[in-house]
Amino acid sequence: MERTAVRGRLTWQTAAVTSVTRETASVVTIQLDLPDWPGHRAGQHLEVRLTADDGYQAEREYSIASAPGEPLAITVERLEGGEVSPYLTEELRAGDELELRGPIGGYFVWEPGDGGPLLLLAGGSGVVPLRSILRHRHRAGSDVPAHLLYSARTWPDVIYCDELDKDYDHLQVSYTLTRSQPPGWTGYTGRINQALLAEVAWPAEARPLAYICGPTSFVETAAAELVGLGYPPEKVKTERFGATGGH
Amino acid sequence: MSPVSRGFRHLHRAPAGQEDRVPPGQYVTDGFPVLSAGPTPHTPLERWTFSITQGGQTRKSWTWQEFRALPTETVTVDIHCVTRWSKLDTVWQGVSVDTLLDQVEHDVPYVMAFCDGGYTTNLPIQDVTSGQALVTFGYDDGPLESEHGGPARLLVPHLYFWKSAKWVRGLDLRDHNEPGFWETYGYHMYGDPWKEQRYAGD
Repeated sequence: MERTAVRGRLTWQTAAVTSVTRETASVVTIQLDLPDWPGHRAGQHLEVRLTADDGYQAEREYSIASAPGEPLAITVERLEGGEVSPYLTEELRAGDELELRGPIGGYFVWEPGDGGPLLLLAGGSGVVPLRSILRHRHRAGSDVPAHLLYSARTWPDVIYCDELDKDYDHLQVSYTLTRSQPPGWTGYTGRINQALLAEVAWPAEARPLAYICGPTSFVETAAAELVGLGYPPEKVKTERFGATGGH
Repeated sequence: MSPVSRGFRHLHRAPAGQEDRVPPGQYVTDGFPVLSAGPTPHTPLERWTFSITQGGQTRKSWTWQEFRALPTETVTVDIHCVTRWSKLDTVWQGVSVDTLLDQVEHDVPYVMAFCDGGYTTNLPIQDVTSGQALVTFGYDDGPLESEHGGPARLLVPHLYFWKSAKWVRGLDLRDHNEPGFWETYGYHMYGDPWKEQRYAGD
């Protein structure tokens, strides 16, 4: 496996929230102004800390949605019964302060020099770190071709829809909607499976790099099927968020 | 001084009477989340071995049959993931790491656990001996499922759970403390959940 050291102490800093943009009914993008952000690589995450008026603190990790060099942003999905995500998606406003530290991680990252072609597989809000990779690729002027397969419950649940439609060159986006489809839907339906991946994924002979992010069942299925299609396991990077009920 | 997050309230309280079992910054979950960096490997049991290695040499190796013929124990422990979930009273079956290391003469301060898929994690040998660690093959009365690290997973419950390496295939005896997989990417070299040793420098 690659061994790119990312070391150094992570310290908590207070960021100013510059905007909170609603992406879907349950998802917001929070843009942050942070004077001392050390920079990040596309695909990394950061840690957010909230403090209650009685001093209680809770911390959670969120994927970074912005590319390196852009104003720092995270995209957060509200999870029912969660402690931190309902605050971030419902209470937080522009002008508020938010404590955070990072960046965290260093394996689930892509740099233009890593090449491609890229196969990006997103389950729900798992699209967030993949969007950072796409923005980084775009800003760097990389012509590495990319396929994004995005699995969402319904069309209104799709995050970054306009941007994915318009902003990127050399990108093919395929959607599969697992719960319901709008009238006249011509995309894929149902959960990700071998037949769908065989149709959408680059052939293994193209030596693609695959990045998969989503809930555990999505990632388990997608990663296993790609290995079945001949992708070497070390070329399949995964990031998962389990149904912890905790965010 | 941390700014107060207006309207934020403490919702995830530890179960009554179990507050002192939950390390700082953790919350209790009933689920069993899965985190890993790549596809789940599936090594057939007839090709599976567990090895104690040192300096590129195999000092001792067990086939699956030999491994499963070793004395086993069942433990009930709390586990703590660096991503902030803790799970209380998990039940595991496995072979004590003492049972394995006792069959090799050794005098080293560290081990590097190595795994299918290339994952590694470093541990002081004193943290995997004296009854503190198992190589597990069973979870909750059944076999350990592959997505949770089966057929065999290291279990070192007093450290953050990334030290409990999934799909473990052996321990490499080391003179020096070198970073494993996540440690190379900035996670803490030791990982004590009670001291919140999540990342380098914590």
